[in-house]
Amino acid sequence: MTPAVGDELAPLTMQFTRADLVRYAGASTDFNPIHWSERFARGVGLPDVIAHGMLTMAVAGRLVTAWTGDQGAIRSYSARFTRPVVVPDDDTGATLEVTGKIGALSEPDESGERIARVDITASSEGRTVLGKAVAEVRLPADS
Amino acid sequence: MSPDLSYVGKALPPSAPYVVGREKLREFASAIGETDPCCHDVAAARAAGHPDLIAPPTFPGSFTMAVMMELLGDPDFGWDFDRMVHGDQGIRFQRPVYAGDELVTTLHVDDLRTRAGSHFLSLRCEVATVDGEAVLTTNATLVTQAA
Repeated sequence: MTPAVGDELAPLTMQFTRADLVRYAGASTDFNPIHWSERFARGVGLPDVIAHGMLTMAVAGRLVTAWTGDQGAIRSYSARFTRPVVVPDDDTGATLEVTGKIGALSEPDESGERIARVDITASSEGRTVLGKAVAEVRLPADS
Repeated sequence: MSPDLSYVGKALPPSAPYVVGREKLREFASAIGETDPCCHDVAAARAAGHPDLIAPPTFPGSFTMAVMMELLGDPDFGWDFDRMVHGDQGIRFQRPVYAGDELVTTLHVDDLRTRAGSHFLSLRCEVATVDGEAVLTTNATLVTQAA
């Protein structure tokens, strides 16, 4: 089906527990203790341990890559970290809910390729955690 | 503690090459819940037309953050690292990142402003291969409390 402005992408939900944050810390080499030490997080004025903004952004980006089916179709991706995702030390952790829709679609270039702008909404506990989360995606001529 | 304004407008010397490893890409993809076979299975990646495993789009945020940390942790720069939060992040690709890439990051200190009791630092990383092919650009704003 030809994509159109206003189309919604399939929504995505992911749970983060403390173990997931530790795992992301290792994978990304971002060992800032606000992402694993409650003592440290509270000491710098946070309510509790918070998820890495880049983890939230990465999971939100999966909404887009799942839609395109190609990691390499992403031309740009940006987001503001407007509110922390607080991750309590329990078995449930925090829930991130991600939705997105096509906000703009360029005319085809000489090769037939178009650029779609996907506007992403990510929320936890019913409140948005990313601001201006936008990905630009290349759509090949036959899509 | 106040950051050194003389860094603004400057670029730091290029980083040592960062070699994108297959196992690191798999580990990163798993940590973000990405099951795309092109991030895990070399044969699947090649069948899809990629030279090797492909990195998820936010992967460059990790190795460029490590370069930024060198500046942020440098006492001469005067940044309050403990109270830092990540304000925003952008990534723009000339091409995707693949396993086997050897990438050099050049950090640019684009801006440093103080308002409403916080320092806002704008950093840009220009990432190229060791052969000089431009691969991507990242932009990040980091925020810390002004003393």
